[in-house]
Amino acid sequence: MSLAKSPWIIHVNCNSCNGCDIEVVACLTPLYDAERFGVLNIGTPKQADIMVVTGSINYKNVNVLKNIYNQIPDPKVVLAVGACASTGGIFHDCYNVIGGVDQIIPVDAYVPGCCPRPEAILDGVVAALSILESKSQGKIKGKEVKLKGNEVPSNA
Amino acid sequence: MNMNDVLIAILVLIVAPIVGCLAAGIDRRITARLQGRVGPPLLQPYYDVRKLLSKDNMVVNKSQNFFVVVYLVFIVLSLLMLIFRQDILMIIFVYTVASIALVVGGMSTGSPYARIGSSREIMAILAYEPILILYALAIYLLTGTFKLSAVVDASTPLLAYTPLIFIAMIFVLNIKLKKSPFDYSTSHHAHQELVKGMLTEYSGPGFAIIEVAHFYEYVFLTGLLFVFWTVNPLIGFLLSTAAFLLVIVIDNITARIYWQWMLKLSWTFLLGISIVNIAFLYFSGVKL
Repeated sequence: MSLAKSPWIIHVNCNSCNGCDIEVVACLTPLYDAERFGVLNIGTPKQADIMVVTGSINYKNVNVLKNIYNQIPDPKVVLAVGACASTGGIFHDCYNVIGGVDQIIPVDAYVPGCCPRPEAILDGVVAALSILESKSQGKIKGKEVKLKGNEVPSNA
Repeated sequence: MNMNDVLIAILVLIVAPIVGCLAAGIDRRITARLQGRVGPPLLQPYYDVRKLLSKDNMVVNKSQNFFVVVYLVFIVLSLLMLIFRQDILMIIFVYTVASIALVVGGMSTGSPYARIGSSREIMAILAYEPILILYALAIYLLTGTFKLSAVVDASTPLLAYTPLIFIAMIFVLNIKLKKSPFDYSTSHHAHQELVKGMLTEYSGPGFAIIEVAHFYEYVFLTGLLFVFWTVNPLIGFLLSTAAFLLVIVIDNITARIYWQWMLKLSWTFLLGISIVNIAFLYFSGVKL
């Protein structure tokens, strides 16, 4: 039960339009107060448990995302916040966009919406807690995601 | 060392982190209430430490683990020396080794965030160390010895002759607890400065040990203020608690400043009032 009582999140902005980011920050305001669940918005991936990703993945930021994911110590969960992070959203067929976060790293919970309300994000974090707890008990480790160059696929 | 001392030492080792943990929890509760939030449970720092112990330990190099242990050991040592009323000058030196261990640990990682945080922590040490030395000097001038036992045995409280140094020590408490406006090397809560400053590259159990050492540090630093009124332990306790609460309030009503401003404040105002106090003690020749 120790993990569920103090989930520290790291917020990664992958090419988001800032809509979801504002809503993530709104979770920390007095009205929603995520800290009452022990949630801290921590700056460094090395101390984080939950990775909150907003925005779709493109060829420029894919390695940054992989790098941050690899730096989070196990057990860890990934929360995709917003339509773009879940599926690619309205940017899904752009020439430079790969798609949702799950194309690159394993995602444990999705928060759909454009943009999702702070209640929905908090709901997603609370849903991620039980996954985090089961990962901790099963000693499930996140696989290291290999870094590659910014290669563009041939069909693009 | 007799059996009684060993028992006291063990008791301090067990009770100090519990008190420090509660102090950290009260700090977070008060901060939340001052910001109009509900805030985390009182035992949240304990949950954090327990969670961190169950995580993986990712370090850049092995020496980081060593510096974390050095930090904990020297904090505990300085607290024990304070409890056993040893030499105040030696206590300050031992405590400095602990602070330096954290700085060197941050520097050893090579991460730019940790490096900048560490250099800023060195600036903080530069700012508060002269005041600590003058605090020791005041004790020497008043009792003729650096031993804290002389202060405890005296019938007059230390505060009666050193009110200005007491004010300076509150600022030292503020700098050492890394509260606003001096929280630029690293900080607690969710304030972020250069990712996590000096502590960026610590994770899991290593960071948990730093947190536990912080619990000891809370007790040690308020203990330094307790020394100002040892005649009546209850008043001394109230005095140090009031200073701690004042630091939390200052933390919430001020913004972060440049490190240059802290050096200016410390080396002009704080050092000035401390020297005025020392000069009074020297020329009047009062004794406790």
